[in-house]
Amino acid sequence: MREFDYRRADDVPGAVALLGADPEARYLGGGTNLVDLMKTGVERPARLVDVRALPLNRIEPTDDGGLRIGATVTNSDLAAHSGIRHRYPALTQAVLAGASGQLRNMATVGGNLLQRTRCGYFTDLTQPCNKRAPGSGCPAVRGEHHNHAVLGASDHCVAVHPSDMGVALTAFDAVVSYETADGPGELPLAGFYLPVGDTPHRETALPPGALITGVTLPPVPVAARSRYRKVRERASYAFAIGSVAAALDVSGGVVRDARLAFGAVASRPWRAHAAERVLTGAPATAEYFAAAADAELAAARPLPDNGYKVTLMRNLVVAVLSELAEEAAR
Amino acid sequence: MTTATSGRTTVTGAVGTAHTRVEGRDKVTGAARYAGEIPFAGLAHGWLVVSTVARGRILSVETAPVLDMPGVLTVLHHGNAPRLEIDYIGSLGVPPDPTAAVFQNDRVPHAGWPVALVVAETPEQAREAAEALVVTYEREPHDIALTADHPDAYPVDGHMPGVTQKGDLEAELAASAHVVDVEYTTPEEHHGMMEPHAATARWDGGRLEVVDSNQGTSWVADELARMFSLDASVVRVRSEHVGGGFGSKGIRAHQVSAVMAATALQRPVRVVLTRRQMFSLTGYRSPTTQRVRLGADPDGRLRALDHRSLSRTSTVWEFVEPSAGVARVMYDADAHRTANEVVRLDVPSPSWMRGPGEAPGSFALEAALDELAERCGVDPIELRLRNEPGLGPVSGLPFAGRNLAACFREGARRFGWADRDPRPGMRREGRWLLGTGTAAASFPAGALPSTAAVTAEADGTFTVRIAAADIGTGARTALTLVAADALRVTPDRVRVRIGDSDFGPAGIAGGSMGTRSWAWAVTAAAGELRHRLLPGGVVPPEGITVRSDTTAAIGALARKERHSFGAQFAEVAVDVTTGEVRVRRMLGIFAAGRIVNPLTARGQLVGGMIWGISMALHEEAVRDGASGGLYGPDLAGYHVATHADVPAVEADWVDDPDPDDPVGIKGIGEVGIVGAAAAVANAVWHATGVRHRSLPIRPDRVLEAGGPRV
Repeated sequence: MREFDYRRADDVPGAVALLGADPEARYLGGGTNLVDLMKTGVERPARLVDVRALPLNRIEPTDDGGLRIGATVTNSDLAAHSGIRHRYPALTQAVLAGASGQLRNMATVGGNLLQRTRCGYFTDLTQPCNKRAPGSGCPAVRGEHHNHAVLGASDHCVAVHPSDMGVALTAFDAVVSYETADGPGELPLAGFYLPVGDTPHRETALPPGALITGVTLPPVPVAARSRYRKVRERASYAFAIGSVAAALDVSGGVVRDARLAFGAVASRPWRAHAAERVLTGAPATAEYFAAAADAELAAARPLPDNGYKVTLMRNLVVAVLSELAEEAAR
Repeated sequence: MTTATSGRTTVTGAVGTAHTRVEGRDKVTGAARYAGEIPFAGLAHGWLVVSTVARGRILSVETAPVLDMPGVLTVLHHGNAPRLEIDYIGSLGVPPDPTAAVFQNDRVPHAGWPVALVVAETPEQAREAAEALVVTYEREPHDIALTADHPDAYPVDGHMPGVTQKGDLEAELAASAHVVDVEYTTPEEHHGMMEPHAATARWDGGRLEVVDSNQGTSWVADELARMFSLDASVVRVRSEHVGGGFGSKGIRAHQVSAVMAATALQRPVRVVLTRRQMFSLTGYRSPTTQRVRLGADPDGRLRALDHRSLSRTSTVWEFVEPSAGVARVMYDADAHRTANEVVRLDVPSPSWMRGPGEAPGSFALEAALDELAERCGVDPIELRLRNEPGLGPVSGLPFAGRNLAACFREGARRFGWADRDPRPGMRREGRWLLGTGTAAASFPAGALPSTAAVTAEADGTFTVRIAAADIGTGARTALTLVAADALRVTPDRVRVRIGDSDFGPAGIAGGSMGTRSWAWAVTAAAGELRHRLLPGGVVPPEGITVRSDTTAAIGALARKERHSFGAQFAEVAVDVTTGEVRVRRMLGIFAAGRIVNPLTARGQLVGGMIWGISMALHEEAVRDGASGGLYGPDLAGYHVATHADVPAVEADWVDDPDPDDPVGIKGIGEVGIVGAAAAVANAVWHATGVRHRSLPIRPDRVLEAGGPRV
């Protein structure tokens, strides 16, 4: 029987100390992904440090008018929080678009950011996978990849990040806080996930042993007029094949501010900076929305069976921005 | 989900009235035990090891390190397993699938083939050792690709002839005013029932007892007796509650390996399959490639019908998905040809699943009819009514009730079909394009010989014993109602015991034949018992038991075309910017014999229609070309419809008792899925103006197919 050590941490320094520098140890949040991966053998931790009892389950205002979300806040509590619903509605929509009620009651914000790809090669121990077994190869490039990456991927890995929540957080410039034995640190979400390159097994810029303690949302006025749209292959309980988190501030028919991020197109939630540059100061029309999407998707490198994602994302951007513009005009 | 019934079936007693399941309380409180959770003293646990290569030979099974692991009792494999008898024709008329007859040689014919069983004191120890077991292979190149022009395709007689043909097809096509010549494909689909296959085998007092989850205890007992060369009386198989079968729960590797281990260790051994193992060891529906050619006069009357279906099977077992068979029942033409062909590939053995043949076949044929209706400018329902055959198109036999037209008339009225604008791509609601579609359904109505025993107890109650299987259908409840009516007592005085091969031979829960087959035997025994009970007579303490055997009665049935029928209606919404398709409502009206229990019957019919939504929009197992295995074989990767995909689904029926059946039953297990996918696909065309001929109609396929005509 495969045995592992289980410890429950009571405070943050204690959790960090319990994990230590052991590469075989893992923090356990809601367990909605890690436990599944342990069952299939993709993860075989020698020690689990349960962080759910840590005092990180609050959402609090920051001095500059943003919100700090504790790492163990559940997805359900995050989505229901009044400040999130009113000031960052796309975040609530993104969280509610994911998983099921039961899973959202368990899943935590910190764990959501660290969940692993659902690529079917990654989760199948009988298959090669550079992310799971570095150097073994990526069968998705020539195999099944209709829901794989079109942006920022490499020949070494074309898997997509599964998070919906992370897409909205990325659009709103969230910053990840963490704790290590050497003290606290911060990483903007934009730099949190590492480029795929030839090291797809290295997914984040977190230092070894770091524990995510929270995510801070800066004040983003435009986020109050935001939306998340997720497209999937059934109406519920499926990962996205493409999603958009968008916020738009329109005045006098001109875009004053815009935020745009894509999901299910890359190894990380994809901030669409190129599109935002086109949008800012442009007329709020479908023509310019399409031009913005095209500017971002110019970098797309689709595989033989996922070229539809370029069309899908373009259509989604135009549809969601058009809806936001119409609402602004009312 | 809402349902409503017109409920015209004549009610004379318990049959025809709604009853909740007699075992419902046990199931919802957890008191009902399933095969994998029934306790046994001294139980050991087996864990199967399956191949990681798609074709080749086992070079070695490195058992020594694993036998030293904690709790490990034995490792069975082709080098030490007992030899089994597999050269026989079983009670279903087919030889056993060698996938079930485990560990007989070193050949590996597909990915996920069973190569060893590790048995240990606990399931965790068995699993850890199984995952640690090193098996080395000599790998050979594999071929898993099903292509329409595969050179090795050949026609197969399954439970029907491989090919039927009459008339001059090419001449009639040439003489036709309208011709449809199209190819449809359906993907590999899996049963995906909730309860995994599980069996516990033990020797007790010289008898082999297997506690299992299956669709026929006497069937599985017979197969095990033959395989292990045991006298049939030695083997007892029990299966009290079954969490879904859908055609998959017959004789499989878990029972056979459990019996091997229980025999070797002389203690009870349980084998439970994992969800991933189920995807390679328990059958599935083969993908199909179907070419349909229709030729019609200007008014839509068919002159030519050609339906060729190609499916695949494994290299070890011949199974044909007989998709072209539905054309032999539904439509006649001056020239009529149907063919069911297979290719043998390095893939797991397919098997019966949710309307085998009719489910994929009706997608192709009923979608082609819709295309013909468009060409002819004839309403799709009217086109079908104009082509209603008077006799079996191939058999020439009369129909034992063909109330398809009544289904269409009632369905059209309730669905609001008369107001439909036939033009595609005309209706928009926000980002959604709307459309409606229809299709016909049929499924054979058969009966299998069965035996039953009915006992009048001294306390005034009655006990029915029959080796029936309730795989979630409500069969136990239906038989309670049938027995009550035959005995002319209320259902609360009747106790029905099922799922035990010691009750004698009985038909399986399969082919939509279960309830009809068992009800026949129960009615015969109960009817005779009622006559034997003298008014005012005393029942002795041991009771009075009457047995029945329907073999002769079923054998004496006149040859006729015997089928259930139905008309399916669907309304869909399609977002052409994202490719998402959502079913908004479905209506199915069926002519499916006398309905025994409207409550559970509706559950079965609606369930079948939901299978159809799932088949049309979601279900698809993707096989990886390089490895020959499946991509993401679990219920996260293999999508079935969720609640959110299933809005208003309504099923109802027209009065249609079968005069040749003692209870009037035809069978409702599978007709609900037939035509459902076609109705959805036809509605997608009506919404968008684009024909989707490959299932499932995924968002990427809708996007790639381009926009609507509007």
